[in-house]
Amino acid sequence: MKLINATVGPMLAFAAAALFATNVALAAESGQPAQKPYTIENGKVDKKTYNGWRRYTESCMRCHGPDGAGSSYAPDLVDSAKRMTQDQFNEVVVNGRTNVNSASENVMPPFGTVEDVMSYLDDIWAYLKARADGALGRGRPPRIGD
Amino acid sequence: MKLSSLWIPALGLALASSSASANDQLIQLSKDPNQWVMPAGDYANTRYSALDQINKTNVKGLRPVWTFSTGVLRGHEGGPLVIGDVMYLSTPYPNNVFALDLNNNGKILWKYEPKQDPTVIPVMCCDTVNRGVAYGDGKIFLHQADATLVALDAKTGNVVWSVKDGNPQKGETGTSAPLVVKDKVLVGISGGEFGVQARLTAYNVKDGSLAWKAYSEGPDDQILFDANTTSLGKPVGKNSSLKTWKGDQWKIGGGGTWGWISYDPELNLIYYGSGNPSTWNPVQRPGDNKWSMTIFARNPDTGIAKWVYQMTPHDQWDYDGVNEMILADINVNGQPTKALVHFDRNGFGYTLNRETGALLVAEKYDPKVNWATKVDMQTGKPQVVAQFAPGSRGEDVNYKNVCPAALGSKDQQPAAFSPKTGIFYVPTNHVCMDYEPFKVSYTAGQPYVGATLSMYPPQGDTNLGNFIAWDAGAGKTVWSDPEPFSVWSGVLATAGGVAFYGTLEGYLKAVDMQTGQELYRFKTPSGIIGNVNTYTHGGKQYIAVLSGVGGWAGIGMAAGLTKDTDGLGAVGAYKALADYTQLGGVLTVFALPD
Repeated sequence: MKLINATVGPMLAFAAAALFATNVALAAESGQPAQKPYTIENGKVDKKTYNGWRRYTESCMRCHGPDGAGSSYAPDLVDSAKRMTQDQFNEVVVNGRTNVNSASENVMPPFGTVEDVMSYLDDIWAYLKARADGALGRGRPPRIGD
Repeated sequence: MKLSSLWIPALGLALASSSASANDQLIQLSKDPNQWVMPAGDYANTRYSALDQINKTNVKGLRPVWTFSTGVLRGHEGGPLVIGDVMYLSTPYPNNVFALDLNNNGKILWKYEPKQDPTVIPVMCCDTVNRGVAYGDGKIFLHQADATLVALDAKTGNVVWSVKDGNPQKGETGTSAPLVVKDKVLVGISGGEFGVQARLTAYNVKDGSLAWKAYSEGPDDQILFDANTTSLGKPVGKNSSLKTWKGDQWKIGGGGTWGWISYDPELNLIYYGSGNPSTWNPVQRPGDNKWSMTIFARNPDTGIAKWVYQMTPHDQWDYDGVNEMILADINVNGQPTKALVHFDRNGFGYTLNRETGALLVAEKYDPKVNWATKVDMQTGKPQVVAQFAPGSRGEDVNYKNVCPAALGSKDQQPAAFSPKTGIFYVPTNHVCMDYEPFKVSYTAGQPYVGATLSMYPPQGDTNLGNFIAWDAGAGKTVWSDPEPFSVWSGVLATAGGVAFYGTLEGYLKAVDMQTGQELYRFKTPSGIIGNVNTYTHGGKQYIAVLSGVGGWAGIGMAAGLTKDTDGLGAVGAYKALADYTQLGGVLTVFALPD
């Protein structure tokens, strides 16, 4: 899996670095810690994060594995979400990503026109970020009020 | 041996002019245990070999004698063919095909490298697997990922013809192995997770022209049913599919045909199964959704269905009915029977009369199966347990502890049957799930699923798989060997009294067919999801298998399963598969010392 992550094209890596720099600058200007996209109370998640898990399972799980943990043919998104901004995440989901060469055949399709993904992009990000931050474990997350 | 090996290709050339004879040639070749001329070894899909040089006594001395890297990392299902002195094998996407010279240490005689649009990769449900090539009429047939069916000259690898069997833009892809029957090559299509209207298609081997196309759901002229088509002995009547769907949902109804095909030349019938209806959210598609989840018996000349049997009406679990149909003449309730035996994803082992479609036996082959108590032998319907039936209390409800999981008590990995013992040797999964259906909208070429899934071992158990021996006449397990992971490899049964299978950690194992006792194991370079075969060359018996973990099994590879501490005292028992093996396609060939 590491290998797959490491083979992201140089152009993308450059773009990622540039975006990252912009975000850091913005955060530094406002002096505010970044707002977490999810809410978790006593191990239970808000509606948005729960829906993110559901939509993740619908549209992403068959490649990226259960709970964002990766599979033998697509990267671990819990790991990716540690290093990505939401803008970068959105960019990849909307436009897709192709990484086909002699060592790998990885293609992420563009979801830009898929209603069930685009309508819940923030929710999916909230779920993955909660997993990346270690705030949420594996499996179906219990909901606040359950 | 040399003599017969040389003689056979000459025979092929001599007979190539007549298609009926080409079929006779294939039937003859499949009876020769020195070769392995079709994916399952023979038309009956027995995966049995009459070879016995390697047997219970000497198998412990087995060792790898040569290996071949396919150069591809993804999941390697299927297995090689051996025709004369040449071995043919295909890889996952990009679907390279190799012809290897057995007279020259596996030197590459030719290689076919298709150029495919890589946008097909993400519309393949569960990895970019390919379950092997077919041989007939001097050609090698490959069903590419992009749903192109291509015929290659078996001698040169040159493309003789190619035809588009589906549209990947709509999620239609090729993963299954074709089968040559008479003057036709039959091929199924994948895409049940993308709302395709799946079908089995027959092309003429000569030129790739369309012979017939039989959909899994739709009007009678699309599913090729006529007044004589029966289910459990009764005519199904007009519009048997249409009236079991809401509106025109059948147009995106799924029913993938990506499994195996078998053929009975005497009855002139082909057999295969259809997969899950789309979507996975049953609340969105009321009705029995015929003929998804169905065993079909069709005439190979016309495609017309003689009989059908729907195992899981109105699927609520993703229990595809595509697993192999093994044609075996066995005793059922004391009566000699022309049987069809099928180990369904839904956890029931079915025995039917393959001539009439009569249901004879339906019993659980994994005791943890809980979604149904039994199958009613009069109606053929499973007695569903509402608690374990997603959708029975509506959508947005989490249905817990449903067994088996969506990957079934067994997936496509084919079982074997020995006519010598009369017993079936079955690779199984032992996994349960939580399943929550929810509303989805359909977009062409996008996943059309609508359910969440968490998978874990059955409560109280420490194993995720079993390798079992099954008596299909009685519907009883003879013996059962626990495996730490699902057994995702096709089995080989032999006259030597030894059955072979592979494990997800990468072991090739040989077991005593009488007792299940392990006699030999060797750890290949990667997890095995391929199917074991055997052949002779120069008079010596060889065992061959592809390793290269992936497929649906690879889904859990990096992650392991959830609830990994739920088993009783199963500390560390369910470590992720990634702790045991990594990717990479390699063929390993075994033999006894000289």
